[in-house]
Amino acid sequence: MSTAVAESKDAHDVHQHNKPTGIKRWLFTTNHKDIGTLYLWFSFLMFLIGGSFAMVIRLELFQPGMQIIEPHFFNQMTTMHGVVMVFGAVMPAFVGLANWMIPLMIGAPDMALPRMNNWSFWILPVAFIIMLSSMFMPGGGPAFGWTFYAPLSTTYSADSTALFVFSMHIMGMSSIMGAINVIVTIVNMRAPGMNYMKMPMFVWTWLITAFLLIAVMPVLAGVVTMVLTDKFFGTSFFSAAGGGDPVLFQHLFWFFGHPEVYIMILPSFGIISAIIPTFARKPLFGYSSMVYATASIAGLSFLVWAHHMFTTGMPTFALLFFMYMTMLIAVPTGVKVFNWITTMWRGSMTFEVPMLFAIAFVVLFTIGGLSGIMLGVTPVDYQYHDTYFVIAHFHYVLVTGAVFSIMAAAYYWVPKWSGVMFDEGLGKLHFWCSLISVNILFFPMHFVGLAGMPRRYPDYALQFADLNAIISVGGFLFGLSQLIFLVVMVKCAMKKGEPAPAKPWEGAEGLEWTVPSPAPYHTFDTPPEVK
Amino acid sequence: MTNKQQQDNSSVITKLLAAVVIMFAFGFALVPLYEKFCELTGFNGRTENTAAMTIEGMVIDTSRTITVEFTTRTDRGAPWSFRPEVQSITMHPGELKQVNFIVENHTNQDRMAQALPSVSPGEASLYLNKTECFCFEQQPLAAKETAIMPMRFYLDPDLPERIHRLTLSYVMFDITNQMKDAPKIADVPIRGKP
Repeated sequence: MSTAVAESKDAHDVHQHNKPTGIKRWLFTTNHKDIGTLYLWFSFLMFLIGGSFAMVIRLELFQPGMQIIEPHFFNQMTTMHGVVMVFGAVMPAFVGLANWMIPLMIGAPDMALPRMNNWSFWILPVAFIIMLSSMFMPGGGPAFGWTFYAPLSTTYSADSTALFVFSMHIMGMSSIMGAINVIVTIVNMRAPGMNYMKMPMFVWTWLITAFLLIAVMPVLAGVVTMVLTDKFFGTSFFSAAGGGDPVLFQHLFWFFGHPEVYIMILPSFGIISAIIPTFARKPLFGYSSMVYATASIAGLSFLVWAHHMFTTGMPTFALLFFMYMTMLIAVPTGVKVFNWITTMWRGSMTFEVPMLFAIAFVVLFTIGGLSGIMLGVTPVDYQYHDTYFVIAHFHYVLVTGAVFSIMAAAYYWVPKWSGVMFDEGLGKLHFWCSLISVNILFFPMHFVGLAGMPRRYPDYALQFADLNAIISVGGFLFGLSQLIFLVVMVKCAMKKGEPAPAKPWEGAEGLEWTVPSPAPYHTFDTPPEVK
Repeated sequence: MTNKQQQDNSSVITKLLAAVVIMFAFGFALVPLYEKFCELTGFNGRTENTAAMTIEGMVIDTSRTITVEFTTRTDRGAPWSFRPEVQSITMHPGELKQVNFIVENHTNQDRMAQALPSVSPGEASLYLNKTECFCFEQQPLAAKETAIMPMRFYLDPDLPERIHRLTLSYVMFDITNQMKDAPKIADVPIRGKP
């Protein structure tokens, strides 16, 4: 043990006085701030790549009929859009925020397991290079939707499925390592005096998210392994001819998949719970109810998976069970939304860019939540299932939910990261362009969905033409608006802007604002005392 | 990092890694659990794969008449046609009935087929008992052969009152390529020629 301590001291000293520069700094870094930055830029890159796939989809759907691409390529685009956005953009962005902010928020000098931290980041680009390059293989890349339902991913898929499975394994390992790191850090490295019920909400939500990741990412690894052996090694997990069951795939996938969607939204709840009190200049209303609500959402997420499968022919009892469980989730989620609104109530509100995104989150995420309740009602789900209504629903919760919260977080904490204030004018322009275009993009999808336009097709019936043209225009505008975000963030990274004080937001609270901006390479070497 | 903290870390890490391994195993354990669950509840509509015994002195419940419909489907790409002799029958619970299914192999090759049953509504599958079925065995089909395949079954008189109509569906899969040692036609006793 003593040698290990000595070693870690040495490594520490090397960092302090002999910091590697250039590419080596980033390749070998074990610093939580560096790794957080890497995660955030990586996820931004993936956001742009996944977004460009969406642009291809919207270009094809701009007019009815086959215009630009072939159906098989369209399927690859929808698949890669989903996979890249879920596993490449949203999840790594949250891990990046966790890396940057959790040690600063709990007064720890770094993450608990810095070398594993380095690994969990650097295997991610490898996974995505493998997955994206599989599109250039003969037969094309994955074309079975991000849900890779069997038999689409087994009997009817291209050989590149092996690469898909391999890269999913790597992503899963990365997520699991990240989750272990977060849990160990939060459990063991809180500053003296910071007990669990004093932790900022972002730390709480991430702790719960990390447990969800540990519980379900291994199940995903199991499912992709079964797909691999079904396709290449003659097993019959999902093949009825060999005694398996294709519906089993959906049960296994959604056992992972539903907690997964909460993995992508719980950290958002933490971000919004940090930003709204700051700009309302009031403490968060109902802190402990927020903690319990988050935990109940996480617990319930394991009991609702079959609401993705209402039309597979389940018995009435199962339909009712999953319907009521789904409805039940609206209760803790409602607690959260009301707490945010009550926090704003009679607050001295100002509307800086992070607050604008946070308010948009509350409104638009709630719209997505309400359409989720509609989808959760079994009898009407038979009408909505696999239509654009579903697309509208999960883009409201994922884009105007998760992605907006990530943007809010970036604007909120970028002065701490870079030491300069972002360009407020450009930030506001980015917000308003995004807000308007995202609604042009996703709101009409409710209507075409209710009218019966099915998802996943490269073509559609003529009566949907006008709305689809509008949706596509909204899509292009939303895509272009993100270039403003890129400009704002690049300017911050290049330190162009007014120097930021240690606490740039008047109403902000928390340990992260007690360190100077930009946060020094090493912070909290001596733990702060929390009263 | 202090000694104490390192010990704390490794104990948490050990527990979390154990959780990861357990959840990975649980993913695979869900496969047999799911099968068992469906077998007990009939949720996926699959019927027993072994012959049921006719119960001596089973009372035929003539007060109820159940319509049983038959649907058939061939797996995509399977080179045969497959249909029931009758689309539906009516029967009383407890009554033994036979229905023939006709399959024609359109190819010039000997093939191996396997039929898989499914009952809708699923819970009815618990009460549909087959004393004889072509689906119990893999069925060799000679080149250009037309075979008549019998299925004999009864409905358990305990069939829930609310079920008046049920559908028995068969999908005929081509499993020739998955077979290494195919049984001979002579091994399958129950089949007739047209």
